[in-house]
Amino acid sequence: MSISAETLKNSNSSYLSQGFKAVWPICIGYIPLGIAMGVLGQKAMLTPLQVLAMSLMVFAGSGQFIAVSMISAGAFIPSIIATVFMINLRHLLMSSSLCVYMKKVSPVKLTLLSYGIVDETFAVNIEKLKKGNWGPRRAIAVNFFAYFSWALSTFTGCYFGEFIPEGSFGIDYALTAMFICLLIFQLNGSIYFITAVISGIVAVFLAMTLEGNSYIVISSIIAASIGVIIKKRKNYNEQ
Amino acid sequence: MSNEQYILLVVGMGIVSFIPRWIPLFYLSKKELPKPVVEWLELIPVAILSALLFPALLVDPHTKEFVLISPQTAAFIPCFIIAWFTRSLGITLVAGMFFFWAGTKFM
Repeated sequence: MSISAETLKNSNSSYLSQGFKAVWPICIGYIPLGIAMGVLGQKAMLTPLQVLAMSLMVFAGSGQFIAVSMISAGAFIPSIIATVFMINLRHLLMSSSLCVYMKKVSPVKLTLLSYGIVDETFAVNIEKLKKGNWGPRRAIAVNFFAYFSWALSTFTGCYFGEFIPEGSFGIDYALTAMFICLLIFQLNGSIYFITAVISGIVAVFLAMTLEGNSYIVISSIIAASIGVIIKKRKNYNEQ
Repeated sequence: MSNEQYILLVVGMGIVSFIPRWIPLFYLSKKELPKPVVEWLELIPVAILSALLFPALLVDPHTKEFVLISPQTAAFIPCFIIAWFTRSLGITLVAGMFFFWAGTKFM
């Protein structure tokens, strides 16, 4: 569907509500994670406003966790920034993958959309974009609902952190459960299944051997490359 | 860390987080990509999700050891079945939290 048709058909409220319908489980999943991040921030002597500022500027779960632990450890500012950069490099792949669906979208929308790319919003948006009937406005709505849920949760965690018991109601599993479901959404054929298996095996192996989270980018690149080669061979054999 | 240093840190973190998100989307979306690259990019989401999920289930983040039996993996099986049949993120989320909670209680 073209952008103009999408704009004509849908009022602002409908794309916001459609975005919300797609993203609410993520917003819930962010509450325990954000609170945990806020509590860590408080322990690192940050104020709730400082934690909020970081969430609004950076919007990256694992990056922020590591930054805060480095602040507590008294690390130098450049080394914290360099670490955050490395951790967030995987967003490069996600942004590249989204661009296939974002032809002829305005620079402002592309910029807004890119600001909110994280693992979870990417997975929800790519699934919707593949099915069609999903455009930049809804994708931006998804990203910003998640963004505000994250920012508010981290602020709350820093403010009230001490009073919240750890691991209540299995909420620590919220994001894992979502990844299970989002992975299933992506299994649209044998080549996707094969790629998932390769990536899973390589990632587990690398996660056991490498420091940090570089295993995500490395195993994704390896698995997608093998997937393309297998697909080529299969097409060639069928001809 | 002083407030000025903190502002410098957060702005720096913001810039290095934004650039990898922005550059591909901003520049590549204007170009026609070759077919193998598009095919490769189509396989990236499934590869990333698998790379995020399985180490989280099977590798202990502190010891880096392989752990096959844990509340995480016990909750995975019912969670997978429910996700497969319902295709609902919300139901899977609630079910996953329940099974994990039950797993930590009884394991």
